[in-house]
Amino acid sequence: MSNENTSAITGAESLVRSLEHAGVTDLFGIPGGAILPAYDPLMDSKKLRHILVRHEQGAGHAAQGYALATNRVGVCVATSGPGATNLVTPIADAYMDSVAMVAITGQVPSGAIGTDAFQEADIRGITMPITKHNYLVTNAADIPKAIAEAFHIASTGRPGPVLVDISKDALQAKADFLWPTAIELPGYNPVTKPNSKQVKEAAKLIMESKRPVFYVGGGVIKAQATKELFQLAELTGIPVVTTLMARGAFPDSHPQHLGMPGMHGTVAAVGALQKSDLLITLAARFDDRVTGRRDSFAPFASVIHADIDPAEIGKNREADVPIVGDVRETIIELIAALKSEMKTGKRIDQEGWWSELNIMRSTYPLGYDLPTDGSVSPQRVIERLGKITGPETIYTAGVGQHQMWAAQFINYENPGTWLNSGGLGTMGFAVPAAMGAKVGAPNKTVWAVDGDGCFQMTNQELATCAINDIPIKVALINNQSLGMVRQWQTLFYNSRYSNTDLQTHRIPDFVKLADAYGCHGLRCESPDQIDAIIEKAMSLNDAPVVVDFMVYKDAMVWPMVAAGASNDDIKYARDLAPDWERGDAE
Amino acid sequence: MSKHTLSVLVEDQPGVLARVAALFSRRGFNIESLAVGPTEIEGVSRMTIAVNADTLPLEQVTKQLNKLINILKIVELEPSTSVQRELLLVKVKVDKESRSSVLETVQLFRAKVVDVSSDALVIEVTGNSDKLEAFLRSVEPYGIKELVQSGMVAMGRGDKSITERSLRIADRTA
Repeated sequence: MSNENTSAITGAESLVRSLEHAGVTDLFGIPGGAILPAYDPLMDSKKLRHILVRHEQGAGHAAQGYALATNRVGVCVATSGPGATNLVTPIADAYMDSVAMVAITGQVPSGAIGTDAFQEADIRGITMPITKHNYLVTNAADIPKAIAEAFHIASTGRPGPVLVDISKDALQAKADFLWPTAIELPGYNPVTKPNSKQVKEAAKLIMESKRPVFYVGGGVIKAQATKELFQLAELTGIPVVTTLMARGAFPDSHPQHLGMPGMHGTVAAVGALQKSDLLITLAARFDDRVTGRRDSFAPFASVIHADIDPAEIGKNREADVPIVGDVRETIIELIAALKSEMKTGKRIDQEGWWSELNIMRSTYPLGYDLPTDGSVSPQRVIERLGKITGPETIYTAGVGQHQMWAAQFINYENPGTWLNSGGLGTMGFAVPAAMGAKVGAPNKTVWAVDGDGCFQMTNQELATCAINDIPIKVALINNQSLGMVRQWQTLFYNSRYSNTDLQTHRIPDFVKLADAYGCHGLRCESPDQIDAIIEKAMSLNDAPVVVDFMVYKDAMVWPMVAAGASNDDIKYARDLAPDWERGDAE
Repeated sequence: MSKHTLSVLVEDQPGVLARVAALFSRRGFNIESLAVGPTEIEGVSRMTIAVNADTLPLEQVTKQLNKLINILKIVELEPSTSVQRELLLVKVKVDKESRSSVLETVQLFRAKVVDVSSDALVIEVTGNSDKLEAFLRSVEPYGIKELVQSGMVAMGRGDKSITERSLRIADRTA
């Protein structure tokens, strides 16, 4: 413990100083009764920039966006009761997508805990199943240790959210400030070094395989292992698929990249997994949106599963070669093991495999039909956005059709440029996450690709962006409906559109709304305006920009594996199943 | 489904019981019995959890338990290599005629009478669940007025201790 100041300070001062010690520079939050003591010394901190958001959910998603764009820990702050419960959605989101985040909440004074006091909620109890760990601190002297541990737990091993709930009296009481010099958590020892025997076994399996695939998950980006993945892919020539969380982990322009697998994945990526004899799973978790019906997923494949979380191994699919450890270290060791196998002149024979995959890829490329009524194609908007703004841009998305199109039609070349809510599927993620990303990476262009449904859940943060000079750009894919739900109604509910029509062609007027929030509002209503309007939006950097793209409302996301169906039953378009066995063009 | 006994070493922190219990319920398991108490090491508590589960799901829940920061160690105890005990207190109705035969049963099971009143006895029995069940069957005809039972506690046989090993593990990886 280092005791830098022998005179006692308040718990609130101690909290601010702890955050400074933890290396925090930016945090997102809203004050309220129980957390109020902390906001007083916060005002004097030279190191901490606090961004006052308009809703705690915005603070939470901003912290996520910040963390994903910077590989640092995102921080959000809220008061007790409703302030804390408004953080529940982003905390659950960060838990599902393994985002390093620390949430700090005020709690009613310790004497009032359990009395149903004003603005009391048991946020520690509420967040137990959705945090990596959480704390209730009722003693001023315990604050630095809790904060130090929270940052350590959030950012090491498999990252995740940690909540620190601090009672108001602990913030007000005085104690010596002792910043721990070492973290002592005997029950927390994430294994980072892979077992070299297992790695050698994996290398052997890879050399013997005929139809291998790298099944790459979001953990590769979290572990900053994308350079190593590139080397591994080039060394072996094995095809790569990147999950929704891993878009950007491997360049889309690379010829070995087959695209995204899963419910709305490419035929080639889904087909590669289904026909593979070896899945080399790198920090992915066999999510149901990737596997489809699990009992028919990749039926011929042996599985190598590398993950930092032992509980992921064997959870959804049995692993033939489990490797627990940091995926970056695992890939480095795997490269070495493969090189020594190759020294003897051995090669991986996958000529037949590649010709099969190439036929799949050329027969069933990603694509879309333009609307016949002359309206704007949502896919076209997103594709042009990607082309015009380029691979250095950070893109965030909400959840639904626009998210899938953004995952499909923007080419990602760099890690940390695609931020979305994958596991929890939280509508409203895009705008606040873009705000957080822009704060963390102010020199990058940040585009929120959002739907008109999602946007209306969190668009209040445009005020935060406009006031705090956070010039994000929003591409609003406005199809006047809850598009993905509508698509399911079209396909599975006989086109009965129960409660999916948002009537957003009338209310609200998004251009006026943008204007009211001090943002630039633009509207695109015809296909020939798309490029010019995107370029116009790119040229406006003095305030946030919202572009209302009025798009064709019957556009659908293809390909699609229906929920609960087997990947083998993927549809390339409505009523059109790829013919994998024949393997040539329709 | 088969019965499994887990011995779980935890840091003695507020909320740790809630974390463990909630994890079992969230992953769809019913805890059959749970007992918590201190160990010979200050700050370390031990839970004995009996659960009905298939082996694979149990392995998954054990891995998830291991991720809880306050959990130090989890060991599955096999019935053949461990000692398992439960404690039962039962209030049995007696009268002049039945008293002596109830007392005979108490002797037979090496149980103890811990309270006597004119028309009831409070009897204490320890043992594994089979023994307690057999005892209850024997006294049931006399009339059971009240019954309370502890969770099972268990310990591996032999000279080794799970706490020693766990501390060594903590030292090595720290």
